[in-house]
Amino acid sequence: MNPTPLFSRRSALQSTSAGFGYLAFSALSTMAAQKKTASASAPEAPVSPLAPKPSHFQGKAKRVIFLCMRGAPSHVDTFDYKPILNRDSGKTGERPGSKLLGSKWDFQQHGQSGQWISDLYPNVARHADDLAILNGMHTDIPNHPQATIQLHTGNFQFVRPSLGAWTLYGLGTENDSLPGFVTIAPPNGAGGNQNFGSAFLPAIYQGTPIDIGGSGGLRARFSRNNNDASKEPISNIKNARLPKDLQRVQLDYIKSLNMEKLKRDVHQPEVEGVIESFELAFRMQDEIPEVLDLSDESAETLALYGIGETDTDSFGRQCLAARRMAEAGVRFIELSHGNWDHHRNLTQGLETNCGQTDLPIAGLLEDLKRRDMLDDTLVMWSGEFGRTPHSQGTDGRDHNNKGFSLWMAGGGVKGGVRHGATDDYGYQAVDGKVHIHDWHATILHLLGLDHERLTYNYAGRNFRLTDVHGNVVKEILA
Amino acid sequence: MNPSSISFSRAALSLPLAVFALAFPGGSALAQSGGMMATADHTPEQIEFFESRIRPALVKHCYECHASDAEKIKGGLLLDTRAASLRGGDTGPSIVPHDLDESLLYVAITYEDSHLEMPPKYKLDDEVIADFRKWIKMGAPDPREEPTGGNAISEKYSSSIDIEEGREFWAYQKPRKSKIPEVSHPDWTRTEIDHFVLAGLDSAGMKPNPDTDPTTLVRRLFFDLVGLPPTPTQVQSFVKGYQADPEKTLQKTVDALLASEHFGERWGRHWLDVARYAESTGRETNALYPYAWRYRDYVIDSFNADKPYDRFIQEQVAGDLLPAENPREESEMMVATGFLAIGTKGLNDQNTRRFKFDLVDEQIDTTTKAVLATTVACARCHDHKFDPIPMSDYYAMAGVFLSSDTYFGTPAGVQNRHPTSLIELPAPDPEPVIPPLSQGQAIDLQFQLDRQLQQLQELQATAAQARRSGNAEEAQRLQLQTLRLRSSSGILQAQSSRYAADGTPIPLAMGVLDSGDPFDSQLLIRGEEANAVSERVPRGYIQVVHTGDEEPIGESESGRLQLAHWMTSPENPLTARVMTNRIWHWIFGQGIVSSVDNFGSTGQQPSHPELLDQLAIRFIEKNWSVKSVIREIVLSRTYRQSSDFSEEKFLEDPQNALLWRSAPRRLDAESLRDAVLAASGQLDRERPTASPVARIGEGFVGRGGRDQASLSEEILHRSIYLPIVRDLVPESLALFDFADPSLMSGKRDVTTVPSQALYLMNSDFIIRNSDAMARRLTQQLELRGPRLVTTAFYLAYGRPPTEEEGRKTAAYIERFLDTAIEGGMSETDARKLAITTFCQSLLSSAEFRYLN
Repeated sequence: MNPTPLFSRRSALQSTSAGFGYLAFSALSTMAAQKKTASASAPEAPVSPLAPKPSHFQGKAKRVIFLCMRGAPSHVDTFDYKPILNRDSGKTGERPGSKLLGSKWDFQQHGQSGQWISDLYPNVARHADDLAILNGMHTDIPNHPQATIQLHTGNFQFVRPSLGAWTLYGLGTENDSLPGFVTIAPPNGAGGNQNFGSAFLPAIYQGTPIDIGGSGGLRARFSRNNNDASKEPISNIKNARLPKDLQRVQLDYIKSLNMEKLKRDVHQPEVEGVIESFELAFRMQDEIPEVLDLSDESAETLALYGIGETDTDSFGRQCLAARRMAEAGVRFIELSHGNWDHHRNLTQGLETNCGQTDLPIAGLLEDLKRRDMLDDTLVMWSGEFGRTPHSQGTDGRDHNNKGFSLWMAGGGVKGGVRHGATDDYGYQAVDGKVHIHDWHATILHLLGLDHERLTYNYAGRNFRLTDVHGNVVKEILA
Repeated sequence: MNPSSISFSRAALSLPLAVFALAFPGGSALAQSGGMMATADHTPEQIEFFESRIRPALVKHCYECHASDAEKIKGGLLLDTRAASLRGGDTGPSIVPHDLDESLLYVAITYEDSHLEMPPKYKLDDEVIADFRKWIKMGAPDPREEPTGGNAISEKYSSSIDIEEGREFWAYQKPRKSKIPEVSHPDWTRTEIDHFVLAGLDSAGMKPNPDTDPTTLVRRLFFDLVGLPPTPTQVQSFVKGYQADPEKTLQKTVDALLASEHFGERWGRHWLDVARYAESTGRETNALYPYAWRYRDYVIDSFNADKPYDRFIQEQVAGDLLPAENPREESEMMVATGFLAIGTKGLNDQNTRRFKFDLVDEQIDTTTKAVLATTVACARCHDHKFDPIPMSDYYAMAGVFLSSDTYFGTPAGVQNRHPTSLIELPAPDPEPVIPPLSQGQAIDLQFQLDRQLQQLQELQATAAQARRSGNAEEAQRLQLQTLRLRSSSGILQAQSSRYAADGTPIPLAMGVLDSGDPFDSQLLIRGEEANAVSERVPRGYIQVVHTGDEEPIGESESGRLQLAHWMTSPENPLTARVMTNRIWHWIFGQGIVSSVDNFGSTGQQPSHPELLDQLAIRFIEKNWSVKSVIREIVLSRTYRQSSDFSEEKFLEDPQNALLWRSAPRRLDAESLRDAVLAASGQLDRERPTASPVARIGEGFVGRGGRDQASLSEEILHRSIYLPIVRDLVPESLALFDFADPSLMSGKRDVTTVPSQALYLMNSDFIIRNSDAMARRLTQQLELRGPRLVTTAFYLAYGRPPTEEEGRKTAAYIERFLDTAIEGGMSETDARKLAITTFCQSLLSSAEFRYLN
């Protein structure tokens, strides 16, 4: 690919279209890079940093909905059927002095594919033929913060852009009045903002947090019993006294002040970011309330997501909001549910968490299918690692990074397949092993992006989401 | 010598022999684990029974997995010495003399418990089991002693890290003085710093940017040193002076700012990020810390007093152990140890031992990262993967903190299993931090508490009776009531402990004291408290950070004082470098070592290693004066550079690592909020008494609306005085990259997102202050037209508008009025709103939010 020639940067600087500045910045960065090493960067030179960009090749998935189960769900109780573990329950485990703990829940085969899924997920199980279940997942560190950060950025040692930021950088967004990357009620802990940050990518690619009915979001934690539907989903989304046209006049003035500064400073990506952020904020004021307003959804649809039921209402609303945002063109949507860190109270904890998520997730899959959207929407369910087959205390499981499970559906994923396996007990992945890097490579592939070509030049070298790793899991591609 | 034995013999520390001997007192570990000493009063016949019947059975059936020379030791259990057998493994003591039920070894060999069957592959003959039964009943006579010369089990977990080799890494070498480098343009330089910076630029064939203009410089100086904008008068007087005599004016201004009481509010806040300062426990239960603010004020005062940094660290780590001249000083040093007490806590952990280890872990992690920029806590579960820190070093430090008690308050109750008391300060508060209770209120509080405690007792009795009589449903209902009552009485109890009997508030503080019963920590396999190996690691230091003047830790001391001395020894290779690098980062926005909290091998290399060493050495020479380092930096020519962009230089050094310009920086959250309040004239520059959290008192966040209402009450003081409750950080800070107060952090993110724009467009705070600024201009100063505009620009930017800006502003007002009146607004309202939104626009603009 050709580097952006300098003249286009100059002409772009004279342009007044929103986002021109990034072009300047990326052109300069590319030049800075070429001085050190000659190499390519993004797939195509963008017109605006958020404009839709052509992918490297035809991808089946246009967008991603990531259901992130914070705290690490137990794989041997959900999507990794381990009859031998159940048989040997009570015997000594791999760790000295530990006791194997069989799953308390029965597993059944579902659908034509006969996928084994635990009774904790009866409704998701109805979609067994849509799921590709990856049983051979593994990650580097059995610690929440590191593993959560690695799940989101590929790297726990250094601050790197998140998966959603890379996706937005690679493909742009289809609706420039909404953030292209949204994270609903993200928890503060385990790396916090880093999990949706842009690191060295331009700030415009980072995720925008939205608080709706989350279990761990900012708003939710401010008042623990937050069922107040009248609250705005994003704070400060409305001006109390300025009508729209007057606020536009004001924003034009702010923009002109910022343009004056930019003219003086010559090159200031930060100021360009400020200009961009006001424009986006202005449009968001209309779009966000509209996209999050569920009042035009039918009672049948609400019920499909479990909205109105005590246990499922909160996550159901998030799932439905995710569908509406996907429909509106948001590129990457992350939902968080937690806490799955069941060192104790595994029985009750899993039943509660699965009970809260099962119907909403099934509803989401069903709804996407009905709208013909599942084919180009990639839905993924995962925690940051799995849990030990042996018990911790009498009713708990410890962290396990060597083997865990996740599933993917839609967006070019082959349904009804199971890829990889852990050993007889679920301690570690032994077959069809898939590392976080491989998973990332696969996600990008489904989006039409080559993980080795989606690079960004920073501080003298080309960076990618998968660093020097990553193999696409071809077995699960449709 | 076997290199793997280094970590446990800790010979590399070269401690005096006496200490070494103390560290391994015979049987001390045994005494620690419950004092079940088998006395030596066994008859020769009994010993003979052991030798003929028991020892052979142990060797034959057990040693394969439970002897120090076993291939793999299972369950952390050794059965090849008496002490180890009594101590037991992961699940508890294996042999309790005279007690068959408590002797897990006996339970295991009888196969009575299906979870515990030993040997695993076969059951022993009944005859052998009978021998064990007899032997335990006679008191388990056992002549086997511990092997001498350390613990054999250590080999299993010991480290292959070569400490000596590790010390070769640059950060563990003492800073070296180097020659002041020759430069191309000596006349450009003002300080030593400039020589090092210019030499770097010279070698890349680059030139520094020219000096910035005085208007920009004075704004930069004010925000960097006191976190506030200069007033229009201050700008004008600086500019005038600078034009006449730049050096003198600069020095005078810098000295005045360093002497200002606002200096500590700016620089203290930097340190509070590092100290992960907050006023609640965070995590699952989030209980308030009503006295955490004392530590905040201590930090501000310390920076204002330019307390020597070595002393500052000593007080925070071991203030309770330092001699004090008077009660006031004693109080101050006690409050300093709040540093160790204000961390996050998982109060509902059911496991007390784990809670303690996690608390200590948090203390080690914060302390070592803050002072040494070293991630020691990585070695809790295994040897450090990247740095030469064996696991035993971690536990050497853990013993020090385990031998100290942390006092953080919090109410007892269902969700808090680990409340503590607080420390009563020897000196009374100069003014009451919470209103005293009247005699009546005090009596009433006590009465309520007594009543609840009595009710609790009664309820428990009734519940027990219901259970006995088989009424399960009723028992459960009563049990629930009991739990509720326990929580509410816990809060009452904690609240009442804040007052003396007559209702006078007691001066309480968070902090740390020696436990008076120091002990060495066991090493925990994989960092799990249930997985302690038998031997203990003597309390001590991180070996790779070698000072040569490490003090021995006495048997009756925790070792915190010694730890504090070691960290602040002039021979410590890290401490001075880490702090000068932090200062550099806080001024330039980028450290000489850009990974400010990590000087280890996964951190970054210094961009100017000689300069960093020079600064560190001078820091120590100048008696660890923080102000002197800051002064030297801001008086340098390097600091004075313009932030002008140059394509040529950018292409050469896009990161500005060589400092060819002063990088443009965004105001941090506090400065932005303070600057808004300053421009609107609303800022209250006085220090408030205590904190809203102190007035709410003991309790949990999110329970009842009262606390939330008080937390969001309007505060016009500087941002450092806003209540910092974990997971409830005020929006004005949280949206603008305030550091997560649950983790120590020497470096904040800088993000630009629409949620910030929405805050500036629509938030109550900004709208209120825009109104106030408009009132200030129109009513207080009675300004109109161009003069109003000029003054507004001065208030916001410290400069008058350019011609173009003047035109644009006039056009804006006109267009706003037209649109508003056309939309049906009265002219008076429209005019008012036009001025207000003009002010708001200035406060929202990039120039207001950035420093050039």
